[in-house]
Amino acid sequence: MEKQWYTISVYSENNVGLLNRISGIFLKRHINIEGLNVSKSEIEGVSKFTIVVFTTEEWTRKIVGQIEKQVEVIKAYYHIDDETIYQESALFKIKSDLLFDERQIQNIIKESNSQIVTVARDFFVISKTGRRNEIDEMHDALEPYGIMQFVRSGRIAVSKAEMPITNLLQEFQNQ
Amino acid sequence: METVKALKKKHKNNSTIKISGAEAIIHCLLEEGVDLIYGYPGGAIMPVYDELYKFQDKLTHILARHEQGATHAAQGYARVSGKVGVAMATSGPGATNLVTGLADAQIDSTPIVCITGQVARHLLGSDAFQETDIVGISTPVTKWNYQITRASEIPKIMAKAFYIAKSGRPGPVLIDITKNAQFDELDFVYEKCTGVRSYKPYPKPDLKSIEAAAKLINDAKKPYIVWGQGIILGEAEAELKKLIEKAGIPAAWTIMGESAIPTDHPLNVGMVGMHGNYGPNVLTNECDVLVAIGMRFDDRVTGSLDTYAKQAKVVHFEIDPAEINKNVKAHVAVLGNAKQTLNLLLPMIKENDHATWKAEFDKKYQIEYDTVIKNDITPSKEGLTMGEVIEQINIASENKAVIVTDVGQHQMVACRYAKFKQSKSNITSGGLGTMGFALPAAIGAKMGAMDREVVAIIGDGGYQMTIQELGVIFQHNVPVKIVVLNNDHLGMVRQWQELFFESRYASTVMVNPDFVKIAEGYHIKSNRVSERAALKDAVEEMIASKDPYFLEVKVEKEDNVFPMIPSGASVSDIRLK
Ligand SMILES: Cc1ncc(C[n+]2csc(CCOP(=O)(O)OP(=O)(O)O)c2C)c(N)n1
Repeated sequence: MEKQWYTISVYSENNVGLLNRISGIFLKRHINIEGLNVSKSEIEGVSKFTIVVFTTEEWTRKIVGQIEKQVEVIKAYYHIDDETIYQESALFKIKSDLLFDERQIQNIIKESNSQIVTVARDFFVISKTGRRNEIDEMHDALEPYGIMQFVRSGRIAVSKAEMPITNLLQEFQNQ
Repeated sequence: METVKALKKKHKNNSTIKISGAEAIIHCLLEEGVDLIYGYPGGAIMPVYDELYKFQDKLTHILARHEQGATHAAQGYARVSGKVGVAMATSGPGATNLVTGLADAQIDSTPIVCITGQVARHLLGSDAFQETDIVGISTPVTKWNYQITRASEIPKIMAKAFYIAKSGRPGPVLIDITKNAQFDELDFVYEKCTGVRSYKPYPKPDLKSIEAAAKLINDAKKPYIVWGQGIILGEAEAELKKLIEKAGIPAAWTIMGESAIPTDHPLNVGMVGMHGNYGPNVLTNECDVLVAIGMRFDDRVTGSLDTYAKQAKVVHFEIDPAEINKNVKAHVAVLGNAKQTLNLLLPMIKENDHATWKAEFDKKYQIEYDTVIKNDITPSKEGLTMGEVIEQINIASENKAVIVTDVGQHQMVACRYAKFKQSKSNITSGGLGTMGFALPAAIGAKMGAMDREVVAIIGDGGYQMTIQELGVIFQHNVPVKIVVLNNDHLGMVRQWQELFFESRYASTVMVNPDFVKIAEGYHIKSNRVSERAALKDAVEEMIASKDPYFLEVKVEKEDNVFPMIPSGASVSDIRLK
C-alpha cells in the first residue's frame, strides 16, 4: 500500500494524560508523528488534536481505531491533504542589516505574502503562514542570507467535509 | 463502622457528612458492592489502610505477599465471579509491582480496579521518597487511569473507574491518589456512574450487518464458528449454544473462550491455535464461512495471516470496533455485545445440519487421537505425562473444577485436556502469557467461587515466580488445590530449543528445591508422586481434601506438546509430531 500524508483530527475531553495515551499508540506501531497541534475546538470544553503522519491508509485506519477506543476521545477522523484546508506557521529570525542592504530579501517578503513581525537593532523576524512546501520554499530563498533562527509550528487543519461532532455529543447526551 | 448511609438514616438529616478522603475510598468500594480486596500497605496508602482496619467487618483485605500477586488474585476473582476485582498498593515500588497484572488484565480484558497511594500533591514531580509516575507508567496497560489530587474528586472518579472497568470490553483501571487527598475532608455523596460522555462501551448493533451475517451463515456449505472470551464476558453462552445447535455448525474455541460450551457438546470440536486440535486448525482453511465471535485473531490463533482462512468469507462478531480488520479482514462485521447481536441473529437463522462437514472434524480427531492424544492420556511408556495427570483431575473432580493454569507446556496440555461443564471454569493468562499468574489467580478464583473446586496447574518454573503467595493460602486457609507438574525444566522453552535451536538447552534446566518441604513450611498438606501406580489415589486424596493441598507430580523431563503450529507457519501446516 502506498504511503502518503494523513491528517488525523481527534476531538476529546480536555484531560491531563490523554496526550500520553495518544502518542503511545503511535509509538507502539513505530509510526513517527510529523506534526502535532493541540488546541481548543469549535465546541466549548472539547479539545482538538491535529496529528500529521506519513504512512499507509491501512495503518492510519488502525491507529484511528485505537485512538477512538480511548475513553476520553469523542471521535477521530483522518483525511488526505486534498480533503483538508491546512496551514503551518513559521518564524524566521534574520540579521537586521540585511533588511536594508539586501533588496532581494524585501522582494522575498513581498512575493511570499509574509509579514515582518518585529524589527530590533540586531535582528528582524518574519512570519509566514502557509502550506509546508511554501514555507520550505521561503526557507530555501532566505537560506543564502543566513537564518539566525527558524521554527515551524505543527499543522492546523479543517476538513472540507463536515465533522459532525456537535450532533455526536448531542447523541451521547441523549443516550 | 457505620456507613455514611446508615449514619444519615440514624440522624435523619440530609445535611452532608464530612469524612476523610481515605474513608471516602472505603465507602466508594462498599457502594460498588466490593467486599474483598487484595493488597499490600506502605507509607503513601496508610490512611486508607487505617480505614480498612476500622471497616474490617464489611470489607475483607487479603494481604498478598507481593503486589503482583494481589493483581493476579484480583484477576482470578474477577474471571470466575464476573465482578470487578480490586487490588491496592502503596506508591513507588508498590505501584510498579502492579504493572504485570495490569498488562495481563488489559490484554485479557479482565475488569479490575487498582488503587495506589501517591506522595502529597505539593511533592509531585519532586522525586520525593517513593514517588513514581505510575499514571505515566501504566498508561499503555490500562483501559483508563487517573490521578486524584483532591479529596473532593474521590466519589466521582471512583464511580467512573468501576463503570469503565466493567462496561463494554472490560479492562483494568488504575486510580492513583495523593496522600493529601486521603487526609483532607469532603462532603460525601455517592452516585454510581452510568455513562461517560466520550465513551461508547456498547456499539449499537446494525441490523443490516446482522442480516448479511445470517445470509452468509444460511447459505454456507461448510460453516465454522470460532468463539473467544467475548462469549463469556458478554454472558452469551446460551445464545452461542442455540446458534450452533439450530444451524448445526461445528464450533471451536480459543483458550480464552474455553468452557463457555461444555466440552462434551457434540458440536464443540475443540481448540484452535498453536497447540490446538488438529481438525479445528486445518479445517479453518477449508470452511467456506468462518464466523468469529468475541475473539480477536491473536497471532497464536491464526499463525501466518497470509494463509489464514483465505478461502472463507469471514463474519466477525465483536464489541470493540478497533478489532475489526485489525488482523483478519471481515466480509461482514457485526458490532455489539455478543448476547445482544446473537439474539438478533438467531431468528434469522435457518435450521440446518452439516453432518458431512462435521464428519470431517471427527475424521481429523481420530487421526489426532491415534497419533497424539492416546499417548498423552493413556501412555504406555514409563514416565508420567502431563496429559494423564489432567485426565485424573477430570475424573476425580467430575469435570466440575475451575482449572487455573500458569504458562508453559502444562498450560497447553491443561487447556487441551481439561474437561468442563460450566462456563468461567478455565482461568489462564492467554494474551500476556504471564508466568507466576496461576498461584495467586487460583486464590482469587477460589474466593470468587467458594462453592467450587479450584485446581491450579503450574510448571516448576512459573511456580517459583509467585511461590510466596503460599503464605496467603496458609494465613487465610484458602482451600485451593495446587498441582505442580515438575519436569525440572522450563519445559516450553526447552521444547523450542529442541525443535528450533538444535537442542541447545541454554538456561532451561532447573535444579529445583524440595517443593513438598516448602509447602510443609507453610503448613499446607502435601504429597509427591513420581509413579503412575500412585497417581490416581494421590489426585483423589487431593480433591477430597477440605483444606488447601499441594501435589507435586514428577513428569517426564523432555516431553513435547503436540500438535504444534511452528510460529509464523500456516494453520494447515500443523505438526502432529
Ligand atoms: C514472566 C515470564 N517470563 C518468561 C516467560 C517465557 N516462558 C514461557 S513458557 C516458559 C517456561 C515455563 O516453564 P515451567 O513453568 O516449568 O512450565 P512448563 O513449560 O515446563 O510446563 C517460559 C520461560 C513467560 N511466559 N513469562
